[in-house]
Amino acid sequence: MKGFFAIVGRDLRVATRIGGDALTLVLFFVMVGSIVPFAIGPDKAMLAKLAPGLTWIAAFLSILLGLDRLFRNDAEDGSLQLYKFARTPLEMVVAAKVIAHWLLTALPLIVASPVLAILLNMDMETWLRTVLSLLVGTPGLVALGAMGAAVTVSLPRGGLIAPVLILPLAIPVLIFGSSAIAGQQAVAATLFLAAISLVLLALAPFAGALALRVSEE
Amino acid sequence: MPPTTHLPARTLSVSGLALRRGERLLFDDVGFTVEPGEILLLRGPNGAGKTSLIKCLAGFLRADAGSVVVSGQGEEERWQEDVHFLGHLSAVKARLKVGENLGIWAAINGGGGSVEAALERVGLGALFNLDAGYLSAGQTRRLALARLLVSPRPIWLLDEPTSALDKAGDRLVGALIDEHLASGGLAVAATHLELQIADTGRIRMLELGA
Amino acid sequence: MTVDLAPKPNWFARIANPSQFLGWTRPLLWPLTILTAIAFAVGLYFAFLDSPPDYQMGDTVRIMYIHVPNAWLSQFVYGVMAVSALGSLIWRHPMADVSMKAAAPLGAVFTALALFTGSLWGRPTWGTFWEWDGRMTSTLVLFLIYLGLIALWRAFEDQLRAGRVVAVFTLIGAINIPIVKFSVDWWQTLHQPSSVITPDGPHMPGSILTPLLVMMAAFTLLFATLQLKAMHTEIRRRRLATLERQRAAMAEGAK
Repeated sequence: MKGFFAIVGRDLRVATRIGGDALTLVLFFVMVGSIVPFAIGPDKAMLAKLAPGLTWIAAFLSILLGLDRLFRNDAEDGSLQLYKFARTPLEMVVAAKVIAHWLLTALPLIVASPVLAILLNMDMETWLRTVLSLLVGTPGLVALGAMGAAVTVSLPRGGLIAPVLILPLAIPVLIFGSSAIAGQQAVAATLFLAAISLVLLALAPFAGALALRVSEE
Repeated sequence: MPPTTHLPARTLSVSGLALRRGERLLFDDVGFTVEPGEILLLRGPNGAGKTSLIKCLAGFLRADAGSVVVSGQGEEERWQEDVHFLGHLSAVKARLKVGENLGIWAAINGGGGSVEAALERVGLGALFNLDAGYLSAGQTRRLALARLLVSPRPIWLLDEPTSALDKAGDRLVGALIDEHLASGGLAVAATHLELQIADTGRIRMLELGA
Repeated sequence: MTVDLAPKPNWFARIANPSQFLGWTRPLLWPLTILTAIAFAVGLYFAFLDSPPDYQMGDTVRIMYIHVPNAWLSQFVYGVMAVSALGSLIWRHPMADVSMKAAAPLGAVFTALALFTGSLWGRPTWGTFWEWDGRMTSTLVLFLIYLGLIALWRAFEDQLRAGRVVAVFTLIGAINIPIVKFSVDWWQTLHQPSSVITPDGPHMPGSILTPLLVMMAAFTLLFATLQLKAMHTEIRRRRLATLERQRAAMAEGAK
């Protein structure tokens, strides 16, 4: 377990010290929300109605665009190939990185969500449900993203291919995530969202480790 | 500094190893055995296959033929946990401090070694709190070597261990390998330099690309 | 205890030799093609000439005989890819890689045809060319997954190394596809009242079932024929790449 916490701590420190870009994704998230009225008009009633879905789309895009950095740093400095010799199993390494990545990309979005709530004219109750759905759904999204990042780690210009691969598979998170905010079946949606997040979190260490292993050859 | 721990005994046996990269047959029917206390030096011009052979031993590349056998460990043990691999990349995070970098590898690799002592041994003891990004290429390489010291393991696979190092660094590598062999470890090193190892009786050579 | 890091190839691996595969399966191609043609002839006859029109939709229901087999194939081909992926990862069977790569574009085309015919069929029923109903939406998502897989293949320079990585992702997709279907169905019940007539009717009397089954068999045979041919083509493509590399290596100034 020492190795597990060491990796979480390391990834957090590397990303937040000078030269890291933890802030950029949060800015992107807020900007996506900000440009919506320019595209569809500032009608408050319409914005309020679309707000849950738009928030989830903004979270989606932000998390997907940040996926490449999950394993890229380790691949570039040679750490990735050394994990197979570690006492800490590769599955645990992947799990640690997923948790660190969630703390670095999803948690800041949730903290920044009040800004989006104001811009998109959400009322308090809707915003609280938004926070809850993001808390429950983003772990699954990050887990799925980690699998995509692991599959594409050996591609030199990974770029957009990981988001493209992951997006269709992440549709359930989007469906249940936005339904958990507004809709008659919000409670059921929240439960399904939690179930999906748990399944994806359980799958990610094993699928991700497998993908990393076959990429190393 | 005399070795303080005796490493568990392992033997590395290779027979009939052959590898193709693209269209070229890099090496064919390579066989050797390395016992505890011995080092095998891989020699040959660039592109002869030294790095690829080391990668085969490390399990990164699948050989087209032949076998690599590590013997001596117990039923439940993974052979990978007996191996240290030192490749071209040093696995150092520039934004962490020198001591933090090594501490994390100590936690991941286990072994219970002291981070301070390892840094002291490679000459970086005074730089514990320096951001690793400020290190020179040679110092970064020394930090990579410290990783091998902080978690004692019997098998060392070294690919150009002296790259980026000066003469003093070359001597350091020689001394570290000496101590490693004296503790009962074994090593395979791909290098075209003359490694300065005290007891030349323990050295075997393999010429590739001849 | 010894650990063998590079096991010797066994009989199973030797059978995976591309030349042997080519040799064994080449004689199958013509019989398969002929069988496919016969099945299509019989199926199309039944579909267009010998089966009754639907009491609600009239003659347009006949598109179902093309649409349903394509929809079935879009899922079946993914199943073939998933099984090939397992073969690639667990047994490292080289023909498994080839099979996976050959199936992907075929699956994409069948899925696209399912979407296209579904859209044509839906036009008279829905009044538009597209309706976000459960099945069409799931098929659209499946289409995107196929395209993503093809993009992943093309992103790798070394196709041999790509095989196992794509296999991992194929399996990740296989696990997630049921989740996607479930969520899309759930989403659809949320957003649409239940009285919309969906293209697949509730029950099928025998006079419709028989031609449908024949068409399903015909399309499956078509897939089998095309898959075999595509695998042969992929083997030849890899051979060509090898020859070109050899030629470059032997030319002047190679070393």
